[in-house]
Amino acid sequence: MDMENLPLLQCSEVRKAFPKPDGAELLVLEGMNLELREGQIVGLLGRSGSGKSTLLRLIAGLAEPSAGSLNYMGKRIMGPAPGIAMVFQSFALFPWLTVFENVALGLEAQRMSRAEIRTRSLAAIDLIGLDGFESAYPRELSGGMRQRVGFARALVVHPNILLMDEPFSALDVLTAETLRTDFLDLWSEGRMPIKGVVLVTHNIEEAVLMCDRILVFGSNPGRILSELKVTLPQPRNRLDPSFRELVEKIYVEMTARPAGATPGRQERFPGLGIGSVLPQVSSNLLAGLMEAVAAAPFNGVADLPKIASDLQMEIDELFPVGETLQMLRFAVLEGGDITLMEDGLAFAHADLDERKRIFMRHLLTYVPLAAHVRRVLDERASHSARKSRFIDELEDFMSEEDADRTLRAVVRWGRYAEAFAYDDENAMFSLENPT
Amino acid sequence: MNRFEPYVFLRGLASRWDVLAFIVVIGLIVFLGETSRGLFAPLGQLQQTPLSLNPVHLPEYAARTTFRMLAGLFLSLVFTLTYATWAAKSERAGKLLVPILDILQSVPILGFISITVVFFMSLAPGRVLGAEFAAIFAIFTSQAWNMAFSFYQSLRTIPIELTEAAESFRLSPWMRFWQLEVPFGLPALIWNMMMSMSGGWFFVVASESISVGHTTVALPGVGSYIALAIADKNLGAIGWAIATMLIVILLYDQLLFRPLVAWVDRFRVEQEPGVRVPQSWALTMMRRSRLIQAATVAFHSAVLWTSRAVKRVDAPIVDVAERPRRRSLDLLWVSLIVLALVVSLWHIVAVLIRQTSVGEALQVGGLAFLTMLRVFVLIALASVVWVPIGVWVGMRPRAAQFVQPIAQFMAAFPANLLFPIAVYGIVTWKLNPDIFLSPLMILGTQWYILFNVIAGASMIPAEMRYAAANFRVTGWLWWRKVGIPAVLPFYVTGAITASGGSWNAAIVAEIATWGDSQVQAKGLGAYIADATTAGDFHRIVLGIGTMSLFVVVINRIFWRPLYYYAERKYRMT
Repeated sequence: MDMENLPLLQCSEVRKAFPKPDGAELLVLEGMNLELREGQIVGLLGRSGSGKSTLLRLIAGLAEPSAGSLNYMGKRIMGPAPGIAMVFQSFALFPWLTVFENVALGLEAQRMSRAEIRTRSLAAIDLIGLDGFESAYPRELSGGMRQRVGFARALVVHPNILLMDEPFSALDVLTAETLRTDFLDLWSEGRMPIKGVVLVTHNIEEAVLMCDRILVFGSNPGRILSELKVTLPQPRNRLDPSFRELVEKIYVEMTARPAGATPGRQERFPGLGIGSVLPQVSSNLLAGLMEAVAAAPFNGVADLPKIASDLQMEIDELFPVGETLQMLRFAVLEGGDITLMEDGLAFAHADLDERKRIFMRHLLTYVPLAAHVRRVLDERASHSARKSRFIDELEDFMSEEDADRTLRAVVRWGRYAEAFAYDDENAMFSLENPT
Repeated sequence: MNRFEPYVFLRGLASRWDVLAFIVVIGLIVFLGETSRGLFAPLGQLQQTPLSLNPVHLPEYAARTTFRMLAGLFLSLVFTLTYATWAAKSERAGKLLVPILDILQSVPILGFISITVVFFMSLAPGRVLGAEFAAIFAIFTSQAWNMAFSFYQSLRTIPIELTEAAESFRLSPWMRFWQLEVPFGLPALIWNMMMSMSGGWFFVVASESISVGHTTVALPGVGSYIALAIADKNLGAIGWAIATMLIVILLYDQLLFRPLVAWVDRFRVEQEPGVRVPQSWALTMMRRSRLIQAATVAFHSAVLWTSRAVKRVDAPIVDVAERPRRRSLDLLWVSLIVLALVVSLWHIVAVLIRQTSVGEALQVGGLAFLTMLRVFVLIALASVVWVPIGVWVGMRPRAAQFVQPIAQFMAAFPANLLFPIAVYGIVTWKLNPDIFLSPLMILGTQWYILFNVIAGASMIPAEMRYAAANFRVTGWLWWRKVGIPAVLPFYVTGAITASGGSWNAAIVAEIATWGDSQVQAKGLGAYIADATTAGDFHRIVLGIGTMSLFVVVINRIFWRPLYYYAERKYRMT
């Protein structure tokens, strides 16, 4: 293979799993194939828990894959490589160092001469538009300026690959847009010393706006659902019909039912016993989304991109709510749409008591854990049970943390439905209402 | 960008801050030289130049005392940076090191001073150095555990993204330690240093004049001065000593801790907006002075230079969770621990069990119970007094601004300096020592309750107070539903510190002398103090062991659960 055709980055059949306390393993990433070539921005798009950040950390050399290989310029990645730099979601600046010192840190680690460190750091600061802020401390800067320092710090080491972990998601909409545009300008003018970019994001529009290729991630375990090429010329316009079409297409991909349903995937759907991890979605959000879909102009069927922008929800927020409704059989997600089922519509139009009755019926029918809690309470003479009893059961299936979260989700829904009561102070479930 | 021009402080004339800084620095050097000169003198010289109660000598004594304090602080810092780092970095070592630290925190080292004196004297026989070491060691023990704990906790809570950033920019472990871990841990460390100061002053005063069996060593210092004043029944001299100590603590606070606290503010990762930035004139002086700026640049360069010098080893990264356990090493480690356990147990059995009759053990247990009763009653009394006052002050920002530093100052003041006055009263009016000596135990530690409650009350959100007022929640109902719950987590923190300090203080508070008359309360503290004076090794160990056991058990079954309960239920986030 000649050098010209060697990809910057090549990941093949990457798998990542963490050991669980009971000896089994928790699979977070499987069958991951990725290739980054010179001049490309590749986007990893998915919701939290889809393993996209894990993959980025594997590329950065911050963790090791359980199987498969990651190669940077033909060499296996073993620990952080000199030619790969990262920009973090929370900026990860050292608060006790000035802007200049933060930027210079990566060069100090390389033991460069003082003069060179100074020249290169100042050049990077200049390039990214931080001139005049050299001696400021991060706390004195706004979020946008802080992330600029994050960019300068990554660029100063002249990396071949720039990794970006949701770099704009901690910023307000306006600032994020400015930073994105500035970045794309520098990129298209070739003024940055980088050859390729891997961008992790959960924002569909951001991915379409910035990337040449988008890998859409699915969860449980994380894997690539599909790959899309974006051939729209830069600068791209969000209102351009072909832009909208691509966004719509990605929504469809993300709501597609798996072809041959893999066992892991099914965990999000009902009927699998009490061992599934439940999402943290409040009853208010569930009711809110049902109301919004039931109301005009949607009247029971809503286009996801449309309702996402109407409600100002990112996919990271919208999808868990939609999927919970699907799990409770109040709605169906398919083809980029959310459609309310009969009981979903009934719920949206009912008064509070009726809503609770409908919710209780669905909760006890379609959430096995809720049914289980209720059954235990019904069967016992005392009509009460310790929380630890259920936690122990759940931990056979999932991690301690997930067990706790899952039980909390059930408590939340059970309280709303008045299916059972829970006293946090004594960690007791019961059927009684507080006196 | 003048940071990279090495001789920046030669440019232009020195600023007035330079002059000030120069004087302070030279003063410090002279002070260090003066005070350390006596270290290598033979012990006999202490007898030849006996202490004098003439107040003229007090500045010198105060300087000696302060020097011990600084030395203890420095040692604690060295200990912290090594021990805590080891505990945090090595999972295996941490399993043992952290519980050890936890127990050490509860051991009343004050009772051990006599033993350590013998040990250190044998290291430097016939020299003052040995006794000095013992005193410095006592200070060390009053601060090191706290500081190490705080640093350990900081190391464990470094935000994951900062660690990842350091890793992905390939900082060497040495560089990471100085550029990430130490700066991140500094704010908590400095705060803990300041908090454990009171213990430090308390100990230095108590440890300067030590009599073990027949030998009495009196190191020149404020503590010895007080001891002499007590023996001479000189109330005026005690007044002078108290005044001197007030000034010393004020200077220490202004010259060392204020600047430190103001300086470490920049190391805080999370900044709540609207929080007032701590101010310090001394820090302003240091910042403005080019001389001192150059010194800090030099330190920074040293860190960078050593970073270059220490070779970087590129080890492949393996997740902690996946690291293959090396069985043989594990086995070795476990067997080492078991061995240490067996040896310790054997020693404990040999010293304690064989020489202790059941009757004596029961007696010590009973005494410990008495002391415990005292501590709880006193904490309860102090709470009844200080919680309402603290809440009242805390809700009035202007009053809080005024009272808070005073409370902190009172906490730092070594209460044992005030004991002679109380003892004088007890002896003169023939009061019952079982009752009237007790308040001394809490004299110095009650302030922790006050300033923690003030801090808690000042954090009650204004809207919550408005809501209470709006619904006309007043009087006892207000205290039950608003005031007390809101400050409870803070109060418990303060009460834990106060309780621990009081146990320690019992050793010097339950027995007191004034000239040739001695008053004594029944309790474990008096028992330990008695054993120390008699040089009775096995009784000292028995007493201290029992006290440690009581403190540890009370912490585990009372304070800790209470703390977690308060944290969970009442902490406002």
